[in-house]
Amino acid sequence: MADGAAHESTEHKYRPISPIFASTCACTLSSPTSRRRSRNKPSVSLKYSHIHSTLIFLCFNSFSLIHRTTMATTMVKEVGSEPAQLLGPESASERTLYPYVTGTSVVALKYKDGILMAADMGASYGSTLRYKSVERMKSIGKHSLLGASGEISDFQEILHYLDELILYDNMWDDGNSLGPKEVHSYLTRVMYNRRNKFNPLWNSLVLGGVKNGQKYLGMVSMIGVNFEDNHVATGFGNHLARPILRDEWHENLSFEDGVKLLEKCMRVLLYRDRSAVNKLQIAKITEEGVTISQPYALKTFWGFSAFQNPTVGAEGSW
Amino acid sequence: MTKQQANWSPYDNNGGSCVAIAGADYCVIAADTRMSTGYSILTREYSKICKLADKSVMASSGFQADVKALQKHLAARHLIYQHQHNKQMSCPAMAQLLSNTLYYKRFFPYYAFNVLGGLDSEGKGCVYTYDAVGSYERVGYSAQGSGSTLIMPFLDNQLKSPSPLLLPAQDAVTPLSELEAVDLVKTVFASATERDIYTGDKLEIVILNADGIRHEYMELRKD
Repeated sequence: MADGAAHESTEHKYRPISPIFASTCACTLSSPTSRRRSRNKPSVSLKYSHIHSTLIFLCFNSFSLIHRTTMATTMVKEVGSEPAQLLGPESASERTLYPYVTGTSVVALKYKDGILMAADMGASYGSTLRYKSVERMKSIGKHSLLGASGEISDFQEILHYLDELILYDNMWDDGNSLGPKEVHSYLTRVMYNRRNKFNPLWNSLVLGGVKNGQKYLGMVSMIGVNFEDNHVATGFGNHLARPILRDEWHENLSFEDGVKLLEKCMRVLLYRDRSAVNKLQIAKITEEGVTISQPYALKTFWGFSAFQNPTVGAEGSW
Repeated sequence: MTKQQANWSPYDNNGGSCVAIAGADYCVIAADTRMSTGYSILTREYSKICKLADKSVMASSGFQADVKALQKHLAARHLIYQHQHNKQMSCPAMAQLLSNTLYYKRFFPYYAFNVLGGLDSEGKGCVYTYDAVGSYERVGYSAQGSGSTLIMPFLDNQLKSPSPLLLPAQDAVTPLSELEAVDLVKTVFASATERDIYTGDKLEIVILNADGIRHEYMELRKD
């Protein structure tokens, strides 16, 4: 896993810039308006709109094909290619059956002043990397930061619930505000109750925050399993990033060290997780508040000799 | 048309082992602190032990979300009891409440494997062991969870459990001293950790006796 010094990969359209430069110079404080804007459907650039409509047409017709080949989360006998409504009343279901547009891992750790969290900006539609500017981390109230992987529409629904929760909390106007522990507890109850109704919100959520000097970092899965720890990761991050964190995390990491450690994890995920995109944000939450960095790309290295002339050892292969 | 199969399960096994041993005037309840899913470890420091009342401590392993919900439910019921009766619930009373709570969800069970330990109204140690749907029995010692099949036979051997067929019924409460019982628990978990992949990291021990509650911790293998 080399840190390519002079190599600039031609494939990513985003210029790689130093992450520290990015986060210190160009941070956006997540405001309610920006949150509301991005809560709407992720925008598609005009350049790709014709592909967008063709894709939708193709998707509708090859609906089951996508599911058959790409849904890693499903281990299911496929129903058939007709839409659910034509199958008859006993098969139509208004409950969540499988996720459609999904985000990949979120990784987070506690550091000296608070919590650092990283997530890329990709949302996949099965095996297609469909959306590449999805903000999967949002600030909640004054003290918390929520990151989500899994179904994006369910994440937007959760943000809607939390908006209401924070609104009612503010309306009390009593000088008290919900901290990360409380928000985590609320989210756990919501996820568990949906699971009880057999209509889960298909997300793995990471909740981090600082209140009154107390740092808090927790996770909730789609069936309500929850815990708190010094570092957490969802999805592939659990398999690839957690071991790195277990080895290299320690108390009182500085901001720079924390970012370096997170980037190390995100780089491994970028190399090994097929649904990762090289456009990520790092968010930081401290007693002062939340800052989510501008999107940037990680430097990658592909100049291994085995990648030059890959077919050199395969005689007769086409 | 083939029937739709579910592609997600409402249950998961987060692993772990729980043990409780009753003595003449004490009760030892112990559980490891590892929480896993599939072949991954989620966290190494999760407590499976919950103090429900002054003299009742429950240790549960299985599906963590159900365990948490069960603990919340019982804690809420205990609070109501205290408001209504102006006293703490006794361990046998809590035991029955737990059984009824579990059976209430007989057709969508709490995937929780519990041992309830405490002191009865005479101050003697009592341990109740449960299955996922609420059948329970007062015993002298018990093990539940992923390591139970490794731990239980060893406890049977060391604590010389009398046959339940004997008349008059002989108490299974162990004559061992408190320190010997704690030592036995530590040995038992060290052994279970060797062979059960879901047991390990750290052992949390709670000792209940006439003087109150005491906690002890011991490191276990982390692999």
